[in-house]
Order: sequence, then structure tokens, then C-alpha cells
Amino acid sequence: MFELCIPEFLGGRCIPSMALFSQLLIGLINGSFYALLSLGLAVIFGMLNIINFSHGAQYMMGAFVAYLLLQHLGLNYWMALIFAPIIVGAIGVAMERLFLQWLYKLDHLYGLLLTFGVALIIEGMFRNQFGSSGLPYQMPEALTGGQNLGFMFLPNYRAWVIVASLTVCLGTWFIIERTKLGSYLRAATENPALVSAFGVNVPRMITLTYGFGVALAAFAGVMAAPIYNVSPQMGAELIIVVFAVVVIGGMGSIMGAIVTGFGLGVIEGLTKVFLPEWSNTVIFIIMAIVLLVRPAGLFGRRT
Amino acid sequence: MTDLTAGAQAKTSRSEAIAFILMVVCLAIAPAFIYPVFLMKALCFALFACAFNLLIGFVGLLSFGHALYFGWASYLTAYSAKAWGLPPELAILTGVATAAVFGLIAGALAIRRQGIYFAMITLALAQMMFLVAVRAPFTGGEDGIQAVPRGRLFGLIDLSNQTNMYITVVVIFLAGFLLIYRVINSPFGEVLKAIRENEARAISLGYKTERYKLVAFVLSATIAGLAGGTKAIVLQIASLTDVNWPMSGEVVLMALVGGLGTVFGPVAGAFVIIAMQNYLAQVGQWVTVIQGVVFVACVLLFRRGIVGEIAHLLRIKL
Repeated sequence: MFELCIPEFLGGRCIPSMALFSQLLIGLINGSFYALLSLGLAVIFGMLNIINFSHGAQYMMGAFVAYLLLQHLGLNYWMALIFAPIIVGAIGVAMERLFLQWLYKLDHLYGLLLTFGVALIIEGMFRNQFGSSGLPYQMPEALTGGQNLGFMFLPNYRAWVIVASLTVCLGTWFIIERTKLGSYLRAATENPALVSAFGVNVPRMITLTYGFGVALAAFAGVMAAPIYNVSPQMGAELIIVVFAVVVIGGMGSIMGAIVTGFGLGVIEGLTKVFLPEWSNTVIFIIMAIVLLVRPAGLFGRRT
Repeated sequence: MTDLTAGAQAKTSRSEAIAFILMVVCLAIAPAFIYPVFLMKALCFALFACAFNLLIGFVGLLSFGHALYFGWASYLTAYSAKAWGLPPELAILTGVATAAVFGLIAGALAIRRQGIYFAMITLALAQMMFLVAVRAPFTGGEDGIQAVPRGRLFGLIDLSNQTNMYITVVVIFLAGFLLIYRVINSPFGEVLKAIRENEARAISLGYKTERYKLVAFVLSATIAGLAGGTKAIVLQIASLTDVNWPMSGEVVLMALVGGLGTVFGPVAGAFVIIAMQNYLAQVGQWVTVIQGVVFVACVLLFRRGIVGEIAHLLRIKL
């Protein structure tokens, strides 16, 4: 056990290591949601040139699908982790076919407006159906309890969230940057006409990319369900923070999105320890500083 | 960018003059038929939507955070009228000045990035200031600032009289509307339109486009502040609703429904949306869903908006 103190001019607070590490852990958890969501936004933006404003609503749908699968079909958390992304991803595919595909020729602001409208529809309908108060989702049996690491107590479920989201993030990076499929994707991002000349079905690739990005959001939603309550507005404010994360990182780089997401989660956690009154605005302040110092974002190319 | 402005094509501006006179006549006779508080509220939002439209319609910048200027101006107006006892004109001025300062700071940050990033930055900054408003002691948290005194305009005109209040709001609205009209038809406005059409070209012609964008942004934020301050006096309340992100979305919807890049579109859009909210108030949460549906329908099928569509059919400029 030891204590950490901050300088007098910042308040001169002293914090026991236990509290520090547990906030750090919460920061990593939030960071893994930021990373998963900004990764999905970056993947979608790369292919479709659209900022997916319904990403927060799709994250919320992931959590709700998990809840409904458990309530009505008795499917447990592990099944939900597989099926919720598939179901919500399929809804995303339908959405792309019905709405988004008509917008690619237009100014991409229309994509933002359309997906904002869809987010309002989804969140409004869930609020009508389930009310605004949160619904509890039971933690899976196998992940209850925790480990005493000496300097802190590590709940198993939280460790699992961090490991699982890191794996999914790095897996996505690997697929896009290191596989044949990924090279098609990257090529289609650069020059869709040329890629379709090689016989690749680019429109289908775009549809599936959108579905995949949405599935990532739903996956994050399932993982969030046991930690936070499942509620219709759980995605609305999160998505605005994720937008700030995306502005900070820039959407040009997959690894950039992952690093920025986790990094900002940790910074937010540390702020909660040392300067609690700044903790919910710190990411926006960092965004403002990055805009002043490096307008293109930490990993971005000048657009 | 061109299809954002489908409404603004033809040559003559006689049509605009006729439409303006029609609008003034409507505003003059409307209180005889329609509940004045509804009219005043709609006029405040109409001015708000016009201010927003100045950016999207004539500079091609989508600000998704205009609630920041509307809401904070509303708070400062309400607070200065209630706690400091300022007369309404000075209270509104306090709000307007606040909006201008915030507009300068947020604008200077946001114009450092283009396109879609601009929208995300404005939204994020507005969310930050929403969180500040939630915690700041003077805003009254969830309760907001209620029972704001309407006071006497210039110490003479009693605004608790509904007719006086209505005339004041109409004058403020028309002043803001004409200011925007003047700006977009000035040489300065021509440069803004050039930036909207092709920023790189405008830069190559020697224009410092960042300065033009910043001035337009501050102007838009200031007029949004005028709308927010007036709203605080009219409805005698400032609350978190005014600064939260759904408000930023609502003003986008108003401009979109009326017609982006048209002069009269945002006014029509604001009346449609406020009327819709009034009549649908009984169905509660469905308002959000219906607004979402209107968003989707407008983007997919109706991009010119009401006024833009009329202008297109009649081949006139509105």
C-alpha cells in the first residue's frame, strides 16, 4: 500500500494506490468501449464515406438483444456475444440496402443526417417499449468474483472485457491490414472503380463492411450490458464522446483508433482520481488542445 | 456541395420581396387566429434556424452544436434578468454577447477541420458546454431558471402585455432575418458562397477563407444567441433542454424540412416542426420517432425541403 499525491496548485489531494488502480481499471474498460466504437466508425467511414451517427443506437441495440435473448429464449451471455452482433449486423445490412446506398453520390453530410434520424427512431422506439430506466443484466456465472492482486482487487468480468475487446480490436486490425480480404477492402477504399474492374463485387463489400462495423458496436453493447444497466439512452451520449475520440485520433488509421480509444479511457480514469470535477469533460478538452496543436489529429492525414 | 443549395438557383429577387411582404402580412394578422405564445416561440426558433442555415446553406458548414449558443444565451439572459434585474433589452444583449464569445472560441477550433469532422467537433464542444451547464450552480440544474421576469423594454414598454411582447418578438425576428439576408447578398456573402462551392479555388483566388468562415460562424452563433435570449424572455424559462444535443438536432431538422440554402425555408421549417411538437405533445415519446422519420424522409426523398421545392416548381428564388 502506498499513496500518490498531486501538486498543491491542483488541489494537493492524496490517493491510496487501491483507488488509483481501480479507477485505472475503469478507465481501461471505458477505453475498450471507445476503441471498439471508434474502430467501427473508422471502418465504416473508410468504405462508405459516412459518419455513422446511429452507432450509439446500434451499441444500445446490442445490449438490448442480449437482454431479450436471455429473457425470452433463455440464451445466456456467451450465446448473446455471438448472436447479438449477427442480429444487429443484419439489421445494419438491411439499413444500408434500404437507405444508405442511395446517398453515396451525395455530399456526405447527408449520410450523417440520415443516420442521425435513424438513431432518433431506434432510441425513441426502445424508450416507448422499455421506458427510460435501466434494466439489469446478470453477469455470466463463470466471470463473477475476482482476484486479489495485492495492490488492487481485479473483478474477473472487467478483466475479461479488456482482454476480449483488445482481441477483437487487434483481430480487426489484422484482417484489414494483413490479409487478402483486407487488401481488397483497402483497395476499394482508394479506388472502387478499379477494384470492381478486377471482378470484385464492390457494392456487396460496402454492404458487408457496414454490417461488420455495426456488429462491432453491438458486440461492445453486449459486453457493456452486465456493467451498466441496459437502457435506451446508453448509446446517445457515449457516441458524442466517441466522436471526440475520433476527432483526436483521426479516422485514417485502424491502429490509431485502437490506441486513441484505450489511451483516452485511461486518461479519463486518471482524471477521475485526481481532478474528479473535470472527468466528464477531459476528453473534449483534449480534443480542443489537439485541434490547436495538431489539427489533422494524432494519426490523421490532412484532409 | 451544389445539391445542398438546390433551392437557390434562379435570377430575380422580386420573388423574395413578394415572399417577404407576404410573411410580414401573415405575422401581422396571425395573432387574430393563432395562440400568440405559440407564434412567439415559433418565431424564436425560426430565427434560430435562419442563423443555423447561414452556415450550412451559404458556407457549406454543418454545425451540429448550435444548441450551445441558443441555450447559453438563454441561460445568461434569464439569469441576468432574474438575478441582476436587468431590463429585457440588456438581458438579451448579455445572452447575445455570451453566444458571440462562445461562437468565437468554438468556431476558431472547429474551422481547423473540414467537412464531417467540423460537424463532429461542433457537436463535441456543445456537449462539453452542456455538461458544464449541468454542473454550474447558476443554471439551476434540472429545474433550470424559471419565472424569468419579462420586465419593461427600455423602461417603457411593459412586456407582460402579450401584444407588446408579440410586436417586440416580430421586430427582433425581422431584424435578424434582414441582417442575414443582407449578409448573404453582400460581397462578403458572395465569398462565402464561393467557399461553399469550391474552397480550394477561393483560396487560390487569394481569399483567406478561414477568416471568412470564422466571421460567418460568429455571426451565426450570435444570431442563434439572439434567438435563445428572446426565447428566455418570451417563455420565461431557460433549461437544460435548450443546451442539450437534441436541440442541436432539432434546428438541423427545421432547416432541412424548410429547405437548406433557401432564405425562407428555415422559417417555414421552424413553424412546421414547432406545430408538430405542439400537436403531438400527447403522444409523448413518439415525437422523437416521428422526428427521426421526418429526417430520414427528407434526406432520401425531399432534399430541397418545402420552400426549396416550391422555388424549384415555380422556377423562382426564395
